[in-house]
Amino acid sequence: MGKVYPATEPYLVSREKIREFADAINDANPAYRSADAARELGHPDVVAPPTFPIVLTIPAGHQLLFDPDVDIDYGRVVHGEQRFEHARPVHAGDRLHVVVAVDGVRVAAGNELITTRSEVRTTEGELVVTAFATIVVRGPEK
Amino acid sequence: MIKVGDELPAQDFPVTRADLVRYAGASGDFNPIHWNERFAKSVGLPDVIAHGMFTMATAVRVVTDWVGDPGAVVEYGVRFTRPVVVPYPGEATITVSGSVREIREDGMAEVDLTATVDGQTVLAKARAVVKPPA
Repeated sequence: MGKVYPATEPYLVSREKIREFADAINDANPAYRSADAARELGHPDVVAPPTFPIVLTIPAGHQLLFDPDVDIDYGRVVHGEQRFEHARPVHAGDRLHVVVAVDGVRVAAGNELITTRSEVRTTEGELVVTAFATIVVRGPEK
Repeated sequence: MIKVGDELPAQDFPVTRADLVRYAGASGDFNPIHWNERFAKSVGLPDVIAHGMFTMATAVRVVTDWVGDPGAVVEYGVRFTRPVVVPYPGEATITVSGSVREIREDGMAEVDLTATVDGQTVLAKARAVVKPPA
């Protein structure tokens, strides 16, 4: 609770990773694939899907899930809630890193609920996205 | 001109085990509950379940297809209420609809999304804030 993990190593967002992610969600939007199509919409380069930042925030969150100071059974972890607030869209060419903070821990109906806040910033410090997650560590079966 | 109550075109999205494996690779979330049936059952799940983030990414397509520009989505949040069980062989179908619940003073539209599988809600509080199409 209140723990803040160190900033992750910088992640360079590539056109290829955005395309791979768009393929994985079966989304054919040309702005995920063509810089020209994205520029027509006013973007500097290929734009990433709204939930793309999860590619950065999941490994960032693993600092918590696999923190030796925090006893979490990974196999019992499910995702409870997720929210993204975009200061701006993520674009190919962005160099981003993530700072994860544990916002709260509570127990509800025998499960442990952990809320995190992940700030995704450029290495120059510009805030791009804030991701809020609640992970649920399911209690033992009754 | 959009207005409160406007419906976004609803869509059906099929999802297979292969989709989950691909999503695991693309997202980096290799939790075996999303691809290993034996493991999923051993931790009390009915079968392999979709990544919540896959369902979340799928649901917002109703919004991004509506506005055209994915960068118009400034905020998007969901609560995962029920796992999307993905059988093998076969597939699950996620049905998504949306409606405009509010137009903010700054012109942003708040859109409520409904996502169901076999008539059962899989996302709650699914809401996107989006710059509406011109």
